[in-house]
This record gives sequence, C-alpha cells and structure tokens, in this order.
Amino acid sequence: MVRKTVESSIAIAEAVKNCEPDVVACYPITPSTHIAETLAKFYADGELKNFIATESEFASISCICGASAAGGRAFSTTSSQGLALMHEVVYAAAGMRLPVVMVVGNRALSAPLNIWCDHQDSIAERDSGWIQLYCESSQEGVDSAIQAFKIAESTMLPTMVGVDGFYLTHTVEPLDIPTMEEVRKFLPKFQPQVRLDPENPISMGEYALPDTYQSFREDVHKDNLAAKSRIVEVDKEFEQMFGRGHGGLAQGYKSDDADYVFLAMGSVIGNAKEAVDELRAKGKKVGVVKIRSFRPFPEEEVRKLLEGKKHVAVFEKSYSMGSFAPVYADVINSLYSLKKRPVVSSFIGGLGGKDVPVKTVLEIFKTIRKREHMRIWV
Amino acid sequence: MEEYFSPGHTACAGCGMPIVIRHALDVIGKDVIVVNATSCLEIVSSAYPKSAWGVPYIHSLFENSGAIAAGAVASLRVQGNDHTKLVIFAGDGSTYDIGFGVLSGMLERNDDVLYICYDNEAYMNTGNQRSGSTPFGAATTTSPAGKVKHGKTQWKKPIAEIVAAHKIPYVATASIGYMADFENKVRKAKDLKGARFILVLSPCVTGWNYDSAKTIELAKLAVDTGLWMLYEIEDGKFKLSHRPQQFKAVADYLRMQSRFKHLNEDEIKFIQEHVNKTWAEMK
Amino acid sequence: MKLPIANPRTSRENKTGDWRSFKPITDTAKCIKCGTCVSVCPEGCISGVDVKKSLQEREFPKTDYDYCKGCGICANECPVKCIKMVQEEK
Repeated sequence: MVRKTVESSIAIAEAVKNCEPDVVACYPITPSTHIAETLAKFYADGELKNFIATESEFASISCICGASAAGGRAFSTTSSQGLALMHEVVYAAAGMRLPVVMVVGNRALSAPLNIWCDHQDSIAERDSGWIQLYCESSQEGVDSAIQAFKIAESTMLPTMVGVDGFYLTHTVEPLDIPTMEEVRKFLPKFQPQVRLDPENPISMGEYALPDTYQSFREDVHKDNLAAKSRIVEVDKEFEQMFGRGHGGLAQGYKSDDADYVFLAMGSVIGNAKEAVDELRAKGKKVGVVKIRSFRPFPEEEVRKLLEGKKHVAVFEKSYSMGSFAPVYADVINSLYSLKKRPVVSSFIGGLGGKDVPVKTVLEIFKTIRKREHMRIWV
Repeated sequence: MEEYFSPGHTACAGCGMPIVIRHALDVIGKDVIVVNATSCLEIVSSAYPKSAWGVPYIHSLFENSGAIAAGAVASLRVQGNDHTKLVIFAGDGSTYDIGFGVLSGMLERNDDVLYICYDNEAYMNTGNQRSGSTPFGAATTTSPAGKVKHGKTQWKKPIAEIVAAHKIPYVATASIGYMADFENKVRKAKDLKGARFILVLSPCVTGWNYDSAKTIELAKLAVDTGLWMLYEIEDGKFKLSHRPQQFKAVADYLRMQSRFKHLNEDEIKFIQEHVNKTWAEMK
Repeated sequence: MKLPIANPRTSRENKTGDWRSFKPITDTAKCIKCGTCVSVCPEGCISGVDVKKSLQEREFPKTDYDYCKGCGICANECPVKCIKMVQEEK
C-alpha cells in the first residue's frame, strides 16, 4: 500500500487504475469529474490500457457494456444527471449480466439544478438489479472500488459504489491506496462465462416474449439477493489482505445495548458516530447502524441489529415523492416479521448538499426520545 | 460456405434487409462481431431462445450501437486481438435520429468500426413511422397523407454527407439493386482502419407497400431514376460510382409503392425537378 | 444464472416455409446457373450454383421449401424467367 495525502477522487482513480481495467469510458460531471480526469491522465501516461472520452454519459456506460461483453474489465464514473441519462443502459447492463463497475459521486437530481451531495441519483436506480454499496469515508471509497470488481465479476451483476459528492470526492486526507501488485493478488483475472467470440459465436441481448421475460427478471433478483454472502466474503478477504474492512453489508457502532439508534448510509455516518460518542459520554444508550450494501438490502442483518431497540431514526438523503423514504421503507420491511418491533421514524435531510452537522444528529436523537412514530424533513 | 445468417428468421417475405445482411457478412467473413441496434433486424433474428446469427452478436439498445461497438473494439484490441472486425448493423431510425449523437461521437473518435445502415426509410419495426430518412412526400403513420398534409413535408436527412463531414476514412452509399457495387464497397471498407460508414437502400415490402417480388427491382429503380445516388467519399474525395446513362422517370419508381400513391402530378413533378437539379449540380 | 443469450443458427428450428401461398418452381431445362436466385433470396434458402465453380461443375439451384416464404424475388430477378410462382395447394 502507498499512503498519500491526496484528494479522494484521485485516490479512487488510482485504485481503479490498479485494478487494470481493459476499458474505461467516462463523461465528466460534477462531482465525479476528477475521477475521470485522473484516469485520463493515467492513460496519457501509458498507465491505463484504454480511456474513451465519450460524447455523453449514455455513451460511456454503453461503451463499457460493449467492452464487458467482449470479455474486458470495464469501468465508468458519473453522478446525478449523468446517471439519470444512463438509466436505460443501467437496466440493460443488469439484464444482460455484464459485470461493469461504476463509482457514482452521489449528487442531487435536477430540477432545480444542484451540484451537491444527496442520494437521489443512485436511489433512482435501485430497482435495476445492480449491486449498490454506499461508502462512509474516502478510504472506504478507495477500497470499495477495488472490492466492486471482485463482487461484480463473481456475481455477474454490475456494481455501483456510491461516494458522497464533495464530501468523499473532493476532500483531502491521508489515504492508503493498494498497489497494482497487491491488487493482482486480491483480484483474479476477469474470466467471463460468455463473451463475444468468433470461435464461439453466441447472440447476446436477445428479445424475450411474455412466456420467458419474467423468469429473467426473477433470476436477476435472486442472484442479487445471493450476492449478500459474496459482499461479506469479499470485504473479509480485503480485510485479511489489507488490514481493514468496512462492515460487509451493515454494521453497528455502539448499537448492541443501545435503546435509540440512528440508521443511515454514506458520509453522514461519520457525524453520527461523533454524536453517539458525545451522548455516550453523558451515559445515553445510543448507537449507529450503517447500511453499506443497499442492494441487496441486508434484511437479516438489520433485523438482528435493530431487534429490541426502542426507537430507530432512519435518516436518508432521498425520497420517493408522494409516498415514503426508500431506506426507511426497506428498514420497516425488514422488521415486519418481528413480533415486537421498535418504533421506526423517517428523517429526510441533506438534499442538495444541505449540511447535516453533528448538531442535527443530536437533535434527531433528542426528537426520538418521544416514542411516537414520525416523518420529518430536517 | 459458412452460414453467417440463417433462415428461419421472421423478416417479412421479400424483405430487403436480410439480403443486405447476407451479402455484407459473406464479404466480411467469420472473424467479426456484429453489434445490432433495436430494429426489425434485431427482432426478427434474435428472439429468445433462438438466433439466426452464425457470428457473435450483441444487441443492446436502440440508440447506442456506436458506443457498444466502440467499447467492444477497444476491449478486444487491448486483450491482444487486433484482427476481429467490429460491424454495426442499424436501421435508419437508429442512425438518422435517436442514435445520431452516439454515431457522431463514434465518428469523431474515429473508432475502428464499420457501420452499415440498412435504410428502409421509416421506423418499420414499430409499424412504419416517419424517420429523418423518410423521403419527401412519403406517407407513414406519423406523416400520413391527409386533407391538409400530403405525406412527409421535409426532405430526407443527408446522412452520408453529414457522416462524411466528420472526415472519416470511408463513406459510401449502396443499393441491393446493384449488388456487386454494394459488395465491392463492403470489401473495400472491411479492410480499412478507423470509422467507416455504408448506407444501403433496403426496400420494405410492408411499409412501402408493393408486390414482394419487386424488392431488388425497386432498389435498382431508385438508382436508375437518380433518386438514390451511388457514391464513395474516401479520405474526403468524392467518387461517383454510377451515372445512369438514361435516367428513368421518378414517377416510375413512385407509382410502384403505395406510400406515394397520394401524390398528384405537380408533386411528382416537384420531386423530379429536385432530382434533376441535384444531378445538374454534379460536375 | 439465466442469460438472455442464444446459440448460433438456432433460428433454423423455425420452418418459415408454412408462411407461403406461392411456391417457386425452377425449370432446370431453361436455367443457366447464373446464381442470381441464390443471391437475391432474403432467406438464403436456395443452395447450389456455387459461382466460384466453373459452369460445368455448378449444380442447379435447389430451393429449401422448409424456409421459402414465397416472396417471388427469385422469379422476378431470374434473367431467363425460368422460375414460376405456383399457387400452393391446401
């Protein structure tokens, strides 16, 4: 490993480069642009096999699908509107079981236009069949990008790694970046089951009639669920090799004996842990649950982590307008089968980069001391 | 001889498109990967669990074949395969309209891909809606011949010229009515490097509405009337492939197809004048 | 894992010959083995007439009626008009 004090986008790009992708295709969009630019520089310096600067994000994800179908390891990065523009191909990639990897610099969706952090962009793709990981820290961003190739290529499901825009793309801190030699020991060569090959000419991307289509979709869902064990395994393997893991599917922080829990995804976890430390010092029984894998959603882990709690605040940076908050919905779905369920409240905030400081988390903990169910935009 | 595109596909009887595909692949050979946009071709040839393709084939979406091919060829080359050819088969819908931006990107990057557009002059897969390629006056379901409007009111998008303006190594127009010329152009294009584009006229029995036996005859007549010009633009240099010794009347071609049956004498004359002018301006 | 893929040439399982109402019949007495019919058939279901061979070595065209859709292009394009489209009997 090499320790560098560097902007996290640059570290993530270096980690991706060290995974030796065959094709990288990108279109710039704030706040993931620096990842693309760094990869372009690696290519210009002869350190990356391919960098295609496409004319749109729709083209960049299509390029990497073609590259993957031809047997290559492929990567792209985008955010917000770019991911929205890719929507059609996002579904196609999952349906065609192409194990491409994408780092998403999570950013709000227009309108109104906003370049700052929230999860609306990748949450909008949650039904597609992609594996979705959300990172707490820049280091986790670096490590999850590497893990994503291993997860994707062994599950044959495209994998998205969410890094909060600006918080985890533009901050500068000391980061440990596994070297290419080390990554080679961790990440086996990409061996696709099927590929475009004149020696074995198969047709990919068939069209399915009503009698078969549903079985394909059900298969994607089943394999996405089955990916849970792989995500846990890969994180453990990474920990064994590099000395740090990131919680597998979901992880508690001081939550075992907690009565009140703050559950969330992404960089807000850092502030949540600080709030918990502050309250614990005052003797309050509080804890954090971090969701790392949003798809597949870790139902069993969430049940285990939240059973017996008095009140859980699910905080998230996205919403399904006119109805519910997505992470909250997944949480209450996970708890439905429990005979005795904690109160679960929904807190929505941080949209468009709205600040969620430690103070806000403390206020949420104060609010949920009332044991009534609530849905609040903070 | 190897079969690269098998029978059993569900194209309409008399469809021009499988004729295009068979001849193109016979010239290109086995060492190829075909990228196909959503189109009649894709639907008739790749319904799960069967496939008419005897070569590796990928269909992704309607408008992204240029990018799929770009990624696939980059992936192959970096894996050490410097010989397998990337060929796109796309209809006019994907090429002229919804996939135009992606095509332009592919051309600007000069990706090492041979793009063959089989042009049946409308969105035929979805039931004959007008495209940027639909000729002036043609009736389609979204440019019908009604009381006020008489079919498409705009001229055909000059796609070959637009592609050539990107300054790629090779652009050509072709017709299955002139098969040897089409095959020669594919033969030349397949061995060049960089982005190459061939536009081939592919009559559609169902959409243009004519006797299914006349597909080749119509494809030839389009050229013989001067409506469809056969040429190449190789490294920026224009080369006419064929000048009809005696031009047939445009009316002969139009009257064979129901999509033009609503046109009156003045309108046909207008089209004839447009053709005359185009050829007169050619030096 | 269920992939939306297919094996090559499996469309051959679909015998489109039952589409047709008219059947092309070639009069080999008049046929000059030019290979036009083989070339223009959309199904590619006419075999024989290998134009790489000399005229004496070439075989007569043979239509595979399992796939012929009866479009009539072969009959229309035959330079000596030796193909007749005959109505199929029920």
